[in-house]
Amino acid sequence: MTGFGPRDATETSLLAAAAGVPKIRMRGVKKAFAGKPVLDGVDLDVAPQSSMVILGGSGSGKSVTIKCILGLITPDEGVIEIDGVDVLKLPRREREALGDRIGMLFQNGALFDSLPVWENVCFKLLAQNRITRARARDRAAEVLAQVGLAASVGDLSPAELSGGMQKRVALARAIAAKPDIIFFDEPTTGLDPIMGAVIDGLIVDCVKKLGATAVSITHDMASARRIGDQAAMIFKGRIVWEGAAATLGHSGNAMVDQFANGERDGPIQMELRR
Amino acid sequence: MDLVLNPLAAVGRGVLGGCRTVGNAALFALEAISHVARPPFYGRLFLRAFFEIAYFSLPVVALTAVFTGMVLVLQSYTGFARFNATGAVANLVVLSITRELGPVLAGLMVAGRISASFAAEIGTMRVTDQIDALTTLSTNPMKYLVAPRLLAGALAMPLLVVVADVLGVMGGWMIATLKLGFVSATYLKATFDFLQFDDVFSGLVKASVFGFVVALMGTWCGYNSKGGAQGVGGATTTAVVTSSILILALDYVLTEMFFAQ
Repeated sequence: MTGFGPRDATETSLLAAAAGVPKIRMRGVKKAFAGKPVLDGVDLDVAPQSSMVILGGSGSGKSVTIKCILGLITPDEGVIEIDGVDVLKLPRREREALGDRIGMLFQNGALFDSLPVWENVCFKLLAQNRITRARARDRAAEVLAQVGLAASVGDLSPAELSGGMQKRVALARAIAAKPDIIFFDEPTTGLDPIMGAVIDGLIVDCVKKLGATAVSITHDMASARRIGDQAAMIFKGRIVWEGAAATLGHSGNAMVDQFANGERDGPIQMELRR
Repeated sequence: MDLVLNPLAAVGRGVLGGCRTVGNAALFALEAISHVARPPFYGRLFLRAFFEIAYFSLPVVALTAVFTGMVLVLQSYTGFARFNATGAVANLVVLSITRELGPVLAGLMVAGRISASFAAEIGTMRVTDQIDALTTLSTNPMKYLVAPRLLAGALAMPLLVVVADVLGVMGGWMIATLKLGFVSATYLKATFDFLQFDDVFSGLVKASVFGFVVALMGTWCGYNSKGGAQGVGGATTTAVVTSSILILALDYVLTEMFFAQ
């Protein structure tokens, strides 16, 4: 397997899947900020077309882990492979081409305030001239319908939307370019339980429909069980447990069960800063 | 010994920090400039930034220029009257406006409006993950957010300064003829006879540099802002203060380049 040019990306992906190569493979990934280690040797495999949920307390390194995979942060050490290709060694142009296959739902939506919803949804397609502006409106309406929003929402600005609608629009933007890997950063944070369940349902549907691989980070255990096939727990910059998402809360790992059940006492102790 | 070394170490840290900041800003500017010439081009964003600078700054720049021209005539008239040299008022006004006051005052006004606006907008985008979102949407933030603004700053400011020059001279002419009793035709003849191409050209070059600096400081401070609303506020203040100081410092450097004998 060689590069990640736009033409050979699908071929590379299919070959990797056929050879049983994980969609995403991380080995010994380390990252420190101002001398303080945040990732201390992360090892993680994500199977193709599966949904992996990464759990962990605040500051445990969840967000940094996915930012390293996305290329937003460059790790100090380690290997990150997508379809068997070490992305950290890819030339800049090929790495940018890899971004074409990835979608991301940010915690707060990160919608562009200066653009109407329809332009937000089709931003990637428009930026790459893969679609005309006239066609983009139709495409935005199609994708908005997939996340349960009316086409008229496309003409609103993000500031006019409720939190739940912003999350749906952000999800629509993440899936509009039909990526084969999608990252979800705290997809249900700040939403009421019903809207959280709705968003989880949409995530599961969209990921299945696209045949994509999903990686989510969340504190919300109900959400983790709904959207995840597999789960991994990160603690102090290392993956300390991997298993089926359905077993969260009764996994047999004291740390995971304490976290999943929200128990005060257990192996994880809150560190108070003095 | 520490009493001697500690202050020296603090000075050294300050100097190193200053060098690092200047170096980072220079690298930021070079990267942005490299994106100006390479596709894809974001014409819509360029036009939006150009319109914001050239059109929406026009009232404040125009008012500043008119009142500056009016004050300049009054001040120079009372000063020159002591030497019976009031005939030189028109010459002084047109040179002062085109060479110095037009570009510098327009630059300072635009610094207040545009540096702050760019820093606040891009800073908010930084702290709300919108810049990371651009990257994940296969769009280079430097190319999308910074390059069009720098180009717009460098091209829009000379237009504003042309307007400032004209209005500044007109403000002076108005007071000279209506209040001080100058003959209109004589005043205007003295103005245009004395004016040379280099006077206007040097002012426009200064304007272009100031426009670039204003846009650069606004985008750079916004791009590197951290820490939520307070960080964005700090970036906005820093952008305005730094761009204002740089305008005054670069004005000296450019004047030295153009007019040093």
